[in-house]
Amino acid sequence: MPQLEQISTYASQIFWLVVVFAVLLGVMLRVALPRVQGILEARQKRIDDDLARAAALRDEAEGVLRAYEQAQADARAEARRLLREQQEAAAAEAAARHAALGERIAGDAEAAEARIAEARRQALAGIEAAAGEVAQAMTARLIGVEVDADEAANAARQAGA
Amino acid sequence: MAGDAHGPLEQFRIKELVDIPVAGVQLDITNSTVWMVVAAAGVIAVMVGGTRKRALVPGRLQSIAELAYEFIAGMVRDTVGDEGRKYFPLIFTLFMFILFGNLAGMIPYSFTFTSHIAVTFAMAAVVFVGVTVLGFIKHGMHFFSFFVPPGVSVFMWPLLIPIEIISYLSRPISLSVRLFANMLAGHTLLKVFAGFVPALGVAGILPLAFVSALTGLEIVIAFLQAYVFAILTCLYINDALHLH
Repeated sequence: MPQLEQISTYASQIFWLVVVFAVLLGVMLRVALPRVQGILEARQKRIDDDLARAAALRDEAEGVLRAYEQAQADARAEARRLLREQQEAAAAEAAARHAALGERIAGDAEAAEARIAEARRQALAGIEAAAGEVAQAMTARLIGVEVDADEAANAARQAGA
Repeated sequence: MAGDAHGPLEQFRIKELVDIPVAGVQLDITNSTVWMVVAAAGVIAVMVGGTRKRALVPGRLQSIAELAYEFIAGMVRDTVGDEGRKYFPLIFTLFMFILFGNLAGMIPYSFTFTSHIAVTFAMAAVVFVGVTVLGFIKHGMHFFSFFVPPGVSVFMWPLLIPIEIISYLSRPISLSVRLFANMLAGHTLLKVFAGFVPALGVAGILPLAFVSALTGLEIVIAFLQAYVFAILTCLYINDALHLH
């Protein structure tokens, strides 16, 4: 087995192992490991920064949403208030008009009743006059007595009453 | 078998490429050295080349680099806790170096430097000595209480303390042999079955299928052994920091 036979090469193997390993360790220590660490830290920092920015944006968006919801709630309250005011105004106006209309109708009804009473009175007067004439004419034809128009009218009125 | 130029163990032979004698010691550049450099260059290509753009949305190589970083960082955090942060670069480099060494060894005609006990034991010994020193720095002489199992009656101490000490001292051996033996066995098995393919003619399709499947398994083992080495290092550091 060369590993155990070539004892004269041990010195060379160990010497070059030390040399090559020392150089490699130096390069890793000075260059490679700090660089990889830098890369990993930069990436982690970038990720953390992105996460922080995302969190800030989310907070901002939540703020905007809250403001929007507040504005919406205000607008709703304002709309309700306006609606109520309009309803009250409309109701008041309707009541006023209703009252005015009622008065006018009542006035019209009185006038109409007065007109009806007048017409009735005139009609009744007409009927009395006609009854007097009829009575005058009937007496003249039946008994040949010419009665005075006023007498006839009185007689007709008494008979009618 | 060792003398056989085409034996299944021949792939582990160290070949000298550049002769460098220093004060009577041969510090030659060998095929092992070349593949150590290849593995290190691979790690640098992914970890430095792949992260060049520092992209917010990573490409493929950068994803691999980030995945490796987070995987090992998570492992250190889970096993050692926040105090383990200091040892993360070392554990990360260990893991990546072993992983890329194992994976580079899967390339045909390449060489697996982690299949050599000299290399794995050197790494395990550094971990062992480092962790022991860390334990003494952290706890001073109190570190020896690590060898006394908590909640055990004094009468059992003469039996248990030697067991604990042996278990502690065998750590570098188990750590190094585990990696070395896994790489050795896997590559030897691949080579043995690959040798059956031309020998069996048309029936060679069967060992070929087996070798294909085994290659997949070996890639998993390449990851697994790098992971085991790294997580055991973490556990040892945790022991040194927190004792029991």
